[in-house]
Amino acid sequence: MGATMTSPTHVTGDAPEAMIARDMVKKAAIIGPILIISFGFIWGVHGALSTAYGLAIVLANFVLAAAMLTWAGRISPGFVMGAALFGYLIRLSLIFLAIWLVRTASWVELVPLGITIVVTHLGLLFWEMKRVSLSIAYPGLKPTPASKESTSK
Amino acid sequence: MSILAQATTAAEAALTAADQKSISAAGYAGLAYGLATLGPGIGIGYLVGQSVQAMARQPEAAGMVRTTMFLGIAFTEALALIGFVVFILLKFV
Repeated sequence: MGATMTSPTHVTGDAPEAMIARDMVKKAAIIGPILIISFGFIWGVHGALSTAYGLAIVLANFVLAAAMLTWAGRISPGFVMGAALFGYLIRLSLIFLAIWLVRTASWVELVPLGITIVVTHLGLLFWEMKRVSLSIAYPGLKPTPASKESTSK
Repeated sequence: MSILAQATTAAEAALTAADQKSISAAGYAGLAYGLATLGPGIGIGYLVGQSVQAMARQPEAAGMVRTTMFLGIAFTEALALIGFVVFILLKFV
């Protein structure tokens, strides 16, 4: 009863969200061209363009989410709650706007665009979750950031 | 009152069956999208609330908590995205 719990005023250390988002962008650079070419074969040039657009939307969503949470985490944990909830609303609205604006464009194929958004979002998340769960279960195998590797050499 | 009713009937008659179907489809698609975002909204609120509590209780584990929180938010958001994509496909394809 007598023990008091002090909540930290801000979260210190590296921002893990930014690292995860960066890692996802790198992974998207690997699977992105494969997806674009595959959908290009099925839906043609318009399908390939729509796939690239969908991929860009998903990556922008991840990067924006990470940036907002990192920014809020530097201020206070309570702010993280606000940033997560309002960020969710803002990002959904931005995605809606991004698709609404181009829905009638000649180069847009809505089916590959929709499939790309869902498949890339979930695929990248599962891929990242595998890496994160491995590094939590086996901290010794945790990948070292490039900056630390270069300073240790 | 009867003038208003007559005007409404005339307006309904002016719309073709396809127009009425399209209007009702748009309304239901919007409703479905709104409902699809409700669940993830509640989920994200609960998830972040628990994560902030965990960070306050154990600040040394904040990095791990934030990592799993970020992934959790993204997974929960996937539900809303699926709802959104279904809405777009139903509405425009």
